[in-house]
Amino acid sequence: MDATRRAALKGAGALLGATAFARAIAPLQAWPENLSLDELLQQHYKELSKVDMAEILARIELKTLQEYGVRVNVEDPRPIPDVNFGYALNLSICVGCRRCAKACHEENNHDRATNNSYIRVLEMDKGSLDLERGTVNYDHEVPQSDKFYMPVQCHQCDKPPCVKVCPVEATWKEPDGIVVVDYNWCIGCRYCEAACPYHARRFNWLAPEIPPEDINPDQGYLSNQIRPAGVMEKCHFCLHRTRKGLLPACLEACPTGARVFGNLADPNSEIRWVLENKRVFVLKEDLGTQPRFFYFFDE
Amino acid sequence: MRVLTQLPILLTLAGCLGGFADPDREFAEPVLEGTLHPVVIHQPLTLGVADTHRLDVNGTPIGVACDTCHGPTPSLSFAAAEGAPDAFHEAVELRHGDLECDYCHDSEDRTQLHLANGQPLDMGDAMTLCAQCHGVQFRDYDRGSHGGMNGYWDLRQGPRSRNHCVDCHAPHAPAYQPVMPVHPPKDRFLNPEEGH
Repeated sequence: MDATRRAALKGAGALLGATAFARAIAPLQAWPENLSLDELLQQHYKELSKVDMAEILARIELKTLQEYGVRVNVEDPRPIPDVNFGYALNLSICVGCRRCAKACHEENNHDRATNNSYIRVLEMDKGSLDLERGTVNYDHEVPQSDKFYMPVQCHQCDKPPCVKVCPVEATWKEPDGIVVVDYNWCIGCRYCEAACPYHARRFNWLAPEIPPEDINPDQGYLSNQIRPAGVMEKCHFCLHRTRKGLLPACLEACPTGARVFGNLADPNSEIRWVLENKRVFVLKEDLGTQPRFFYFFDE
Repeated sequence: MRVLTQLPILLTLAGCLGGFADPDREFAEPVLEGTLHPVVIHQPLTLGVADTHRLDVNGTPIGVACDTCHGPTPSLSFAAAEGAPDAFHEAVELRHGDLECDYCHDSEDRTQLHLANGQPLDMGDAMTLCAQCHGVQFRDYDRGSHGGMNGYWDLRQGPRSRNHCVDCHAPHAPAYQPVMPVHPPKDRFLNPEEGH
């Protein structure tokens, strides 16, 4: 067969096309090991039907069984009608024991090696409120007479800057006031971590390592399901508990009763009494984030 | 051919019309108004235990329940004996302002309490006794901002349990004792010497 200019051009065109195609599908070669096809094709949380969600929850339960050898129950509890959650913390009686941080760590299936928790407790000099000079890894008896202690966690802001910056709408505010993250939608860009003025968001650098016997099997899709590596997470007011009427784990762990949780829409609730009768403030009020997490003092 | 070029657009439209669930957030079933579940306060009904500062063969501290001698029907006659009780009473630490035993306990029957006006009070009602002087704390406790709780914030859905004053404040030395903090954070930037 004679080599013609037409054949040469055809050959060159075919080669170019094949190269372009290979280049176009190159991202698939970098397919993360922990991503299944079902997860890739999953719709946004707000577009999922009940059937879709049931399949997803079953998939997560199976994945946890395969990876951690533990049977867990993952649910997707919905907001309770006419409930608006609020949280208040009494700085006069917080002793800085960090039991709230520990309870969060255990309740929410955090990575054991890093002691991760959604709560940081700042130790600061009495008479100051200088967060930059606060220490979180103090290692001495508490409370020290010249210090006070301020646990900081997600403030579930009504004007959340973290939600505003998310490029893929993987985080949003729920009708009951909780700012949630869809771990299966988050791309891990960490914009929200940078935007949060309370340092309340955490990034999963690695998949959490937890001994099977320590895994909390009562899990929620938007809360304490075991998160994959590469996604953001944050305090969700223990929504897998609180949307069933239970108190958050950090409150139950507090030995002094410094924490008050409840329904802001209920005028007879404990949280409303605190807001109406105590000296209450919010952190960094000037930023206009409108937190639902309040601090207060006794007389 | 024209149908083929328009197929993707038609499919997209069909997907929008039929495929998606309601984008509005769905709520849970409303919680029915009804009888509220109870708030149960732990009630210590007995006197405490005096530490003897001695250990048994297993190394466990030996304590003696106060009502061994001070109950309504003492099983032993130590309370009436002279000299013997001193060893026990040395272990009773009394650091509660200027209070003395008889301010709160009945002088004859120590398991019985009384208010400042002399009105007798059962051990189970000890919180009323505390509230005589610590009214602010009692009010805060009553409104849920002191002393902690367990169980349900929503009493429509389940019960709640609460501590008694003496669960956290030893009545004879009520100052909250210092503790060592638990669970130190191990953020990478806090411990840079450990590397990444």
